[in-house]
Amino acid sequence: MDTQSFLIQQLINAVFLGSIYALIALGYTMVYGIIELINFAHGELFTSGAFIGIIVLALLQKFGFVESHFIITMVLAFGLAMAYVAVLGVAIEQVAYKPLRNASRLAAILSALGMSIFLSNGMMLSQGVSDRAYPPLLTFKGLSIFDARITYGQIFIILLSIALMTALYVFVKGSKLGKAMRATAQNRTMARMCGINIDKTIRLTFMIGPALGAAAGVMVGLYYGSVRFDMGFIYMIKAFAAAILGGIGSIPGAMLGGLIIGGVEVIWSAFLPSEWKDVTTFIVLILVLYLKPSGILGEDVAETRV
Amino acid sequence: MSKSDVKKFFVYTLFLGILILPMVGFPNTTFHAARAFGVWGVFVAIMAIGLLSKGVRGTGGYGKFASGLSSLYRPVSTRVKAIPRTYSLGMLSLAVLIYPLVADRYMIDVGITCLIYVVLGLGLNIVVGLAGLLDLGYIAFYAVGAYSYSLLNLHFGLSFWAALPIGVGLGAILGCIIGYPTLKMRGDYLAIVTMGFGEIIRLVLNNWDKLTHGPNGLLGMHKPALYYPSFGNGGLSWGIFELKSLPALYYLIFVLAVLTIIAVNRLDKSRIGRAWVAIREDEVAAELSGVPTTWLKLLAYAMGAAFASVGGAFFAAKLSYTNPNFFIFMESCIVLCIVVLGGVGSIPGVILAGVVLIAVPEVFRELQAYRMLAFGLAMAVMMVLRPEGLIPASRRKRELHAAEQGGAED
Amino acid sequence: MRPNREAPRIEIMSGNNSILQLENVHTYYGNIHALKGITLSIPRSGIACLIGANGAGKSTTLLTIFGVQPAAKGTILFDGQPIQKLRPEQVAARGVAQTPEGRQIFPRMTALENLEMGAFLRSDKAEISKDREWVFTLFPILKQRSTQLGGTLSGGEQQMLAMGRALMSRPRLLLLDEPSLGLAPKLVNTIFEAVRTINKSGTTIFLVEQNAHMALRNSNIGYVMETGRIVLEDDAKALLQSEQVKKAYLGE
Repeated sequence: MDTQSFLIQQLINAVFLGSIYALIALGYTMVYGIIELINFAHGELFTSGAFIGIIVLALLQKFGFVESHFIITMVLAFGLAMAYVAVLGVAIEQVAYKPLRNASRLAAILSALGMSIFLSNGMMLSQGVSDRAYPPLLTFKGLSIFDARITYGQIFIILLSIALMTALYVFVKGSKLGKAMRATAQNRTMARMCGINIDKTIRLTFMIGPALGAAAGVMVGLYYGSVRFDMGFIYMIKAFAAAILGGIGSIPGAMLGGLIIGGVEVIWSAFLPSEWKDVTTFIVLILVLYLKPSGILGEDVAETRV
Repeated sequence: MSKSDVKKFFVYTLFLGILILPMVGFPNTTFHAARAFGVWGVFVAIMAIGLLSKGVRGTGGYGKFASGLSSLYRPVSTRVKAIPRTYSLGMLSLAVLIYPLVADRYMIDVGITCLIYVVLGLGLNIVVGLAGLLDLGYIAFYAVGAYSYSLLNLHFGLSFWAALPIGVGLGAILGCIIGYPTLKMRGDYLAIVTMGFGEIIRLVLNNWDKLTHGPNGLLGMHKPALYYPSFGNGGLSWGIFELKSLPALYYLIFVLAVLTIIAVNRLDKSRIGRAWVAIREDEVAAELSGVPTTWLKLLAYAMGAAFASVGGAFFAAKLSYTNPNFFIFMESCIVLCIVVLGGVGSIPGVILAGVVLIAVPEVFRELQAYRMLAFGLAMAVMMVLRPEGLIPASRRKRELHAAEQGGAED
Repeated sequence: MRPNREAPRIEIMSGNNSILQLENVHTYYGNIHALKGITLSIPRSGIACLIGANGAGKSTTLLTIFGVQPAAKGTILFDGQPIQKLRPEQVAARGVAQTPEGRQIFPRMTALENLEMGAFLRSDKAEISKDREWVFTLFPILKQRSTQLGGTLSGGEQQMLAMGRALMSRPRLLLLDEPSLGLAPKLVNTIFEAVRTINKSGTTIFLVEQNAHMALRNSNIGYVMETGRIVLEDDAKALLQSEQVKKAYLGE
C-alpha cells in the first residue's frame, strides 16, 4: 500500500474510532461538568447499551424482521438501548449520587465505584460471563479510496455519531433546557436563583449523557461483533482520557479529545505491538492529567461554583 | 408512610421493572420469566421493607421496639465495655491463635487470606484514611512484593527474609514514583492517575514475557523458612525449617499482621500521623502551618506500598506461584472496599471489615457469585447511609457529618 | 420607558404595606451563628438599604431571604406569604430576584444568554423582548457586548449584566448585594442611577452595601447591621445625619 493510501486508511480508522470515543466522552464530560463527579459507572452504562442492543436485535432476528427492514431495526436497536440507559442513568443518579451531592468527594467517588462494580457484576450474572455475539449486520462491502477501504458499516456509524453529536450541540447551545444545563454547570447557586430546578436539570443530564454512551455501545457491538460484561472498563478509560484531553466539561472538547485519542490509538497500532496499546492509553491519560489537566479547550478547572 | 411515599414506591417499582426485566429476562432470545420476575421481586421486597419500616418509624413503633431492645442490650454492653482493653484484646488474640488447631484446612486457608487482606487494608488505610489520598492502584504494590520475591528467589535463590526488605524497598520506591505526579492533583484526578498506574503495572507484568513469563506467571518459589542454629557434627550450622504446612503459614501471616497493626497504630498516634490528618483536612492550611506536605505525602505512599509488598511477598511464597491476574483493578477495589466499609482511618474497623468481607463469602459458598455484586452495592449504600463505616474513627465521623450540615441544598 | 407590569401573581394582602418582612431570623453556617435574630421590614415600592462592616452578615441576610442559606429559626414573609422554607428556585418564582455578591455571571454564556437565564421562568416571548430592550436602554453598553462571553466583560459591565439579568424576571423585589463593590466612582453613579430608575418603575429594592454614603443617599429607609444583629433602623436621611452612623460608617 503506498503512503497516500496508508495515510488515508489511518485517517479513516482514526475518525471511525474517534467518533465512538467522542460519544462516550461526551457522556462523561456532561456529567462531570454539571456535578463534578467522575462517573465510574459510565463504562457500565455503555455496556448496558450494547446488551440492550443485542437483546433487541436477537429478538428481531428471531422473528425474521432484521433482513427485511434494516432501517427500522437500527432505529429500534439504538432507540431502545438509548432509552433504557437513559432510565438507568437517572436511576443511578437518584440512588447513588443525589444523596451525596453535598458530601465529601471521597464518598461520591466511592459510591460511583460501587455502582460500577454492582452494574458490571449484575450484567455478568444476568447475561453471562462469555461474549454475546451480535448478528453480522454490517457487511464488509464498502468504498475504496485509492487503496484504502471504508466499509458501509463504518460510514453508517460515523454519520450516526455526527448526527447525535450535532443534535446534542444544537440542543445545548440553542434550547432553553440546554442553556439551563450550561448555566447549572457554570454556577449552580446562581442558576437556582434564576428559578432553574437543578434536580431536573441534573436528571436530564443523566439521561442524555448515558444515552450517548449507549449509542456508542450498540455501535461497538455491531462493528466488533460481540459484547462482554466487562468491556466497558477500557472504553471508560479511553473516554475519560478524551474528555480530559479536550477539556473536561467542554462539549466540543470531548469531541476533539475523542478524535485525538482515536488517532493516537490508530497510529500506535500501525507501528507498534498491539499488546501495549492499552498501556499507551493509560500513559496518555496520566501525562495529560499531569501536564495540562485543564485540557485543550477547557477552562481553569477551579470552576466558579458558589 | 405518606401518600407520596407510597406513590414513590410504585414509581420506583415500575422503573426497576423496566430496568431489570429486559436485562435479566433475555440472556438469549427466550424470555426467562422466572428469573426476571424473581430478581424484580427481590428488589421490590427490599423496597417494601424499607417502606414499611418507614411507616413503623412514623407511628413510633420503632421507637418502642428500639427502646425495648436497648433495655436488654444496655446492661450487656456496659458489661462488655467494662472489660479492660488488654483483657479483651488478649482473649481475641488467643482465639485467633487457637483457630488453626480447631479449623479444617479450608478454613485455615480462608483465615490466611483474611489476614493478608487485613495487612493490605491497613496499608491502604495509611494512604486513604490518614493522608486522604484516594489511591485506586494500590494493588500494584502488592504485585511488586509478589513479583520481586518470586524473581529474587527463582533467579538468585534469595530466601524469603532476605528478599523481603528488597521487596519493601522496591515497593516504597514505586510508591514515590507513583505519588510524585499526583502531588498537586485534586482528589478525583488523583484517583484516576493511581488507577492508571495500577493498570500499567499489571499490563507490564502481563506483557513483559521475558522477565515475568507474562500470563503464565512465575512458579516454584520456596516457602518462607525459619532458620535456627543447630549443633550438628562439625560445629555450628543453620538448620532450616520450611513453613510448608498451612498452620505454619497461618502463624507467620498472623505475626506479620500483628506487626502491621502495631506499626500502623504507632504511625496513627505519632506526629507524622497527625500531620497526615492535617493534610487530609486542609492541605493549604497545613502547608502554611509549616507541614512539609510534599515529602509527607510521598511517605504515605511509600509506607502503604511497603505493607502491601510484605503482603505480596508472603502471598507469592505461600502459593509458590504468582500471576498478573491476581492483581487486577477489581482487587484494588476490594481492598478499598475493606477500608471504606470498615471505617476510613479506623484500625479496628479495617480489621473487622477485612475479616467479614473475605470470610463471609467463603463461608456461604453458594453465594460466591453474588460476592462482588454485594460489595458494589454495599459500597454505594454505605456512602449514602453511613459513610463513617462500621467502626468509625472518631475524627472521621465528626468530619463527614459536619459536611452535611454546611450545605444549603436539599 | 418601562413596559407595564403584568398583574401580580399572588393576592396582595390589603392594607399590608410591606413587601418583605423578616421576623427574628437566625441563620447558621455550621456552628457559626451568622444572623442572630434579624427583624426588618421593607416597604412596598421603596428602596431599603442594609449597611454595616465587612462580615456583619449583610450578604448572609440576602442569601437567607433567597433560601440559599436557609433560616434556622424565624419567619420571612413575602407579600404576606411565608417563604423561609422555600428553595431558591421557588423564591425566584414568587417574584424575587437577586444580583448577588461577586455578580455571579455565567462566564461561558454570552451576555444575551445571561439575560435569557434571568427570564427563565417566563414564557411570554414578546414581553421578554420588551424587557430586554429596556435593560439595553438602562445599560447601553450591554447591547454592544451582547454576543460576548460573560467572563470576558469588565467588572462594571458584569455588574450591569447581573442587574439586567435580575430585571429580566420582572421581579417585584430586587435584592442587590454590594452593587458598587470594586467599581470606579463614575460607574457607581451609573449603577445607582439605574437603581433609582428601576425603583421608579415599580420594583421594590433592598440593597446591601459597604459604601454607606451611596446607599443611604439613594434609599428611603436604612438598617445598620453589626455582627449578626440590626442595631439601628431609621429613615435613610436621618441616618445620614446621625452622629453614630457618621463616625462608624461615613468616616467623619
